[in-house]
This record gives sequence, structure tokens and C-alpha cells, in this order.
Amino acid sequence: MENSRRDFLKIAGISALAVAGAEPVLNAFASEHGEEASKAAGFQKEEKALTAKQWAMVIDTRKFKSAKDLEPIIEVCHKIHNVPDFSKENKRHIIKWIWEEEYKHAFPGDASGFTDERIEHLPFLVLCNHCEEPPCVRACPTKATFKREDGIVLMDFHRCIGCRFCMAACPYGSRSFNFRDPRPFIEERNPQFPTRMKGVVEKCNFCAERLAAGQVPACVEASKGAIAFGDLYDPESEVRKLLKSNYTIRRKAGLGTGPTIYYIV
Amino acid sequence: MNKQMYDKKNVIAGIVIFAVLVSFPFWYNLGKAAPAPELVLTDAAKAAKECVMSKEEMKAGHMQLLDMWREKVVRESDRIYVSAKGKPYVMSLSNTCMDCHSNKAEFCDRCHNYSSVTPYCWDCHIDNPKAEVKNFKVSENSKEAK
Amino acid sequence: MLELALKGSKKYYGWVAVLLGGISVGFAVYLWQLNFGLGLTGMHRDVSWGFYIAQFTFLVGVAAGGVMVVLPYYLHHYKAFGKITILGEFLAISAITMCLLFIIVDLGQPMRALNVILHPTPKSILFWDMIVLNGYLFLNIIIGWQVLEAERNAVAPPKWLKPFIYLSIPWAVGIHTVTAYLYCGLPGRGFWLTAILAPRFLSSAFAAGPALLILLCLIIRKMTKFDPGKEQIQSLAKIVTYAIIINVFFLLCEVFVVFYSRIPEHMDHLTYLFYGLQGHSALVPWMWTSMSLMGIAIILLLIPSVRANESLLAICCVLVFCGTWIDKGLGMISGGFVPNPLHQVNEYAPTIPELAITLGVYATGFFVLTVLFKIAVTVKEEAAA
Repeated sequence: MENSRRDFLKIAGISALAVAGAEPVLNAFASEHGEEASKAAGFQKEEKALTAKQWAMVIDTRKFKSAKDLEPIIEVCHKIHNVPDFSKENKRHIIKWIWEEEYKHAFPGDASGFTDERIEHLPFLVLCNHCEEPPCVRACPTKATFKREDGIVLMDFHRCIGCRFCMAACPYGSRSFNFRDPRPFIEERNPQFPTRMKGVVEKCNFCAERLAAGQVPACVEASKGAIAFGDLYDPESEVRKLLKSNYTIRRKAGLGTGPTIYYIV
Repeated sequence: MNKQMYDKKNVIAGIVIFAVLVSFPFWYNLGKAAPAPELVLTDAAKAAKECVMSKEEMKAGHMQLLDMWREKVVRESDRIYVSAKGKPYVMSLSNTCMDCHSNKAEFCDRCHNYSSVTPYCWDCHIDNPKAEVKNFKVSENSKEAK
Repeated sequence: MLELALKGSKKYYGWVAVLLGGISVGFAVYLWQLNFGLGLTGMHRDVSWGFYIAQFTFLVGVAAGGVMVVLPYYLHHYKAFGKITILGEFLAISAITMCLLFIIVDLGQPMRALNVILHPTPKSILFWDMIVLNGYLFLNIIIGWQVLEAERNAVAPPKWLKPFIYLSIPWAVGIHTVTAYLYCGLPGRGFWLTAILAPRFLSSAFAAGPALLILLCLIIRKMTKFDPGKEQIQSLAKIVTYAIIINVFFLLCEVFVVFYSRIPEHMDHLTYLFYGLQGHSALVPWMWTSMSLMGIAIILLLIPSVRANESLLAICCVLVFCGTWIDKGLGMISGGFVPNPLHQVNEYAPTIPELAITLGVYATGFFVLTVLFKIAVTVKEEAAA
């Protein structure tokens, strides 16, 4: 924090010098060295923010009966994150953060012709796996997509150049591209969350904005207990307890990407 | 050494035309300087009395501040800015800045237009969330989502 | 020397006008795309790279192919190629120009392109691709220009140029290797996930580049007083023959591994390209055309009398160029994205605006090529006179 504060004062000071004369710079230096220094400008996390070493999710597919059960989950995610709806306009431009897939698509390569009937017709929720070794992060030439300290694979929309290398790198098809200005296709926007602009890639953010405010992801909340969320490296966390007592599968675990979405089947 | 200039006429004419073209914006706009715009503060902004930095610092460096904020929020997951006076603010263009300065046209645009800059902040960030927030509803249990 | 490009025949000016027309059309459509977004193209969520990136990949090959005249001349002192190295270098410059333009038109936020330098990320292959492509452009501009200027002044090229020339040879291999690494290091894209990809790219490059160069040499001979030379063209023909055979061999290696192992994640893409998958088969006729073109070209090129006949050789070169273009500029990118990672088939076809922008980029590249070749040929004509 010490460093960033100084950086910040430097930047503010320099710009002030350039634009408005020297006075504010002197103020800035005065406040850096003066009595106010202890509580001077700085950055903090929100006190109620939830933190983890690696966030993870356990989806209990036994608690879902049909696609109807998934609808509210998908809806709340797309609604609060201002995900546009292109399904009526042009299917090529579709954007999705969380959606449903059949077993044979969510787990291609694992499906056989003789799958358990429940599994075969069960809709699976799929989303960004927030991999421990994300290939998309490796591919991004600007660090616009990066792995945060709590394990979330996040997008920095300000920095994305729209090269779509991350989309080629993702083995789960979890990323979407804004082929055009998404705003006209957001029916009702959440004014407290930004929209995106054309030409950038987007995907699930594990509700980083809600975690900062001490809330679990919206899909977890809307799942009525079917989705658990917690720290993969905290032995006491809910996800660890579930992983200990249930057989779980992950999508394409063999690729070594370390997906952190686990499915109880 | 031969000091003669070849194609003298053409060279001089060329230089003159070049000089006129290059200085075009200056003499074309001569005497037409637009008056500096006046910014309008909303009642909320007036009542708050102070911003996250002093008025002078904000005038000169709000863009650097916002740039810093977005780095902090997006990349380092710090969401709270503590001002020099020790007051905490949530670092959010829409939810903090535009909460007070809900008059984008009179507060932001005037000066941006005057100085001929077109920041694309509002391509994504919503300029007056308060006016819209009442109408936005999701299922009851995730209403407080930010 | 640039002034040499300003004096030309009516035909030359006509051709330049045609190219400028193409550039304007492409540029106008690009402005539209800039305003609307990449939604103007046929790309979508599943096939997120399309025609632009495919052309980029193919043209990196054409650029690298230029080294096939530089290497024998400078490393093996094969004197005959001294006459045409400049053509190889100038061809590389125009091909790299097109590559860089194709990258730019493919970006969703081109205004932020410099973020690649502002936030350098050595883990990303795209970062390295930017470095090798710009480096190769730089090397060829320096080398080409210096050598040509020296020739014009009837002196030996400066000594300091030698290290750059030697560097440019492995660098040419580098540009296409790094370009292959863009694709072959991605988990979950079975079509590209093969170590033979970079060698395959290189072999098709060393076929397509010199094939185009032969055609350009024949055109130059016809249109100007400069003759690139019979021996030169014959040597290039041998290079094309070897390279196209190696290219098909590498492809067959891939086909064997994929179809004998029968691992679906690798096999499905080739199945889609050559037989169609889940009822989708848009690329099937193209791929078989490509195979036939390359196959026929190999058979013809192997016959010495055919190769020696320049008209037949020209036809062979067209076959090789088109065959490798379909393989790389059409099948290579789409094939990697279909089926998608969830094993669904969503095909891709370029739209008309997309093709217009592509043509615009090609027109720009050929404009650069025309101007550079005009300069080079004029210098050669002057030297001969």
C-alpha cells in the first residue's frame, strides 16, 4: 500500500504541475510528509469482502431435475451482469456466462451410448472453470485476462484488444466475444454493473463484485443449495467437505488445466 | 561551392504553401476562442462539499485517479479508496462518482467537449445509475447485487 | 530510389490504379467494420478466428518462403540466385505487410493494439509473433534496400550488412515456427495440437513462396527488360518440388497418427474437413480440391521435361499455390474450431464485407509488391543497359 500511495501522489502531482501550476504539487508533498500522512490517501479491501486462496464450486447435479431448475440461475447471472441477449437477433453474436449443456457436450469423450438415463438427459450447468492453470491467461498478449490472488480468472475489459487468442485457448468454450455494441440487446440493465463495449471478450467473473461486498455468487444464491462455493484450499470450507464425502467429476481434467468447478453426479 | 538554388520559384512557393497549411488551425480560429465552460454541481455534490481529492487536484488529475482506481479494483481487488482526509470511498465511476455528479452532460461533457477529448468510459459504465436503479429488479434474493 | 516507382508505362499506372481502387474499397468497408464491430464478419462464438487469421497464417508462409532464394545464395554461394534475392526479400516485405494488416483488421479494439508493447507478456506466443514479424519486416527492408542501392551504384553491399543477412535466414524459419506455436500449444484443440504443425507450416511455406516467386519471375520477364533467368527459375522449381512433396508427406504423417490412433478429439477435425461431421460438410469439396491440386502438382513436377517447360511449370506453380492456399488459408483455421470444444458443429463462412476487407489487404500488399518490384527491376534494367 505504501508504494501505491506514493505512485498515486506522484501521478497526481505530475499532472497537476503540468495543468494547474505548482501549488497542488506542494500540497501533495505536504500531505505526504505532514501530520495527515498516517491516514492519507490509500487503498483497501472492503471489510466484509470474502477472500480465499482459490475459489471453487461444487455443483450437485442430483438436485436438478430439468432445464427449468436451471433457468432462474442462468437468468439472474445474465441479468445482474448485463449480458446481452442475441438469441432473437443473430445467433452468431450470442454471449453467455453460464448455460446448460447435455452431458455428452459438457463431458465429450466421457459419454458412451449406455449412459445412466438420468445423466443422459440431465442439463448440466457450465461456466468458466476458473482453472488453476488457465490456458487463456497464458495466451493473452496483454494480461487483460489474468488470475487474481483469490484464483478467479478475470477479464480487464479496459485492456482487452479483442484478439480472441483466449477463446482459442479455452478448452471449455467458456468465452464470448462482443461482435457488436451489446447495449441495445440488454433488455433491462443493472445500472450498478457496467456493460461491455464492442470488440472485447467476456465471461463469468465468479461474481467478483459480489464477493467484494461479502456475498456469494448470484448463481450459488439462486440455486437453493444445489451449488456450493468456497475456498478449495481451506479444509473446513463447504466445498472441501462436499469433495471429501462425494465422488465428483471435472470437465476435461486430463488436460491439466485444473478446473475448479466440480460436479457431483 | 555552387551556391545557386535550383527551381527557386517552385521551392519558395512550396515552402509558403506548406507554412500556410501547417498554421491553418491557428489563423483559422484566430479570435474565436470559446469561453471556458462552467461546470454545474448537482445539489448532492454541493451538499457533500468535498470530493475524493481537492478541487484543484480533481481538475488536473481525475483521469489519472480513475485510471488508478480501475487498476486497483479490477486487478488488485481493492475496492475502497481512503482520501487524504481519511474518508473511505468505494472506487466506482458509476456508483460513487456519478452518484454525486449525476449530471453527466453539464459536469463531464461540457469540459470534455471544450478540450476536445472523448473518453469512452460511458461505453460501459452507466452514467446515472440512480435514475435507473428503481426500475431494475431481479429475483428477490439477489436484489442487492451490485 | 523511390523515385523509380514514379516513372512507368501506362500499363504500370493502370495496374497501380486498380490496386489503389481495391485498397479504397477495402478501407471503406473496414471503416464500416470499425464502427459496427466484427459482427460484420461470419465469425462467431465457436469459430472465433476466421478468414483474416487464415490469410495471415498463409502469408507468413509466403514471407518465410523468400528465404529459399536467400539461403542458397549466401550460405551455399549459389551465384545464380544473386540475381533474384532482391525479389525474394521484397516479396517478404509485402507479405509481412499483409500479415500485420490482417492482424489489425482482426482486432476487436485495434486502437489498443499497442497494449501488446505497453504490457509485454512473454508467456503469450502472440507477443513473440509480434516481435518476430516486425523484426523480419525490418531485416528485409534493411537488407533489400542496401543490396539494391549497392547494385545501383555498382559497388559491393556494406560489410555491416552481412550479420543481418545471416540473421534473416534463421529468422525466416522463426516467423513461421512461432506462428505455428500460436496454434499448436493450445490444449483442447486437437487439430492443432501436434508437433508436426510447425514443420508442416514451413514445408507448405517453402512450396507456396517460391511457387509465387516463379510466377512473378515469369511475369517480370514478360513485362520488363529484366530476365530473372532460366537457371534461376529451374532451381526454384526444384525447391518447390521438394517442398510440396515434404508438405504432403507431413500431412500424411498427421493423417496416419490421427486415423490410426482414432482419438476422437484429434480425428473429428480431419473427419469434418474431408468427410463432413454431423451433416456439416462445407469444406469437404475444398479440401479434396486442395489434395488433388497438390497431388497433380507433385506428379507433374516430378517429370523433368514438364518442369523444364516454363508454361507447364507456371501451371504447376498455380496448382501448388492454390492447393496450399486452400489447405492453410481455408481449412487450417476453421478445421481447428470445428467441432468446438463441446463437440458441437457450428460452421463458418466469410461474409461479403469480410471478403472485401481481405481483398483490400491483398491489394495493399500487391501495391507494396508492385512498387518494390518496379524499383528493383528498373535498377536491374539500368545496370544491364
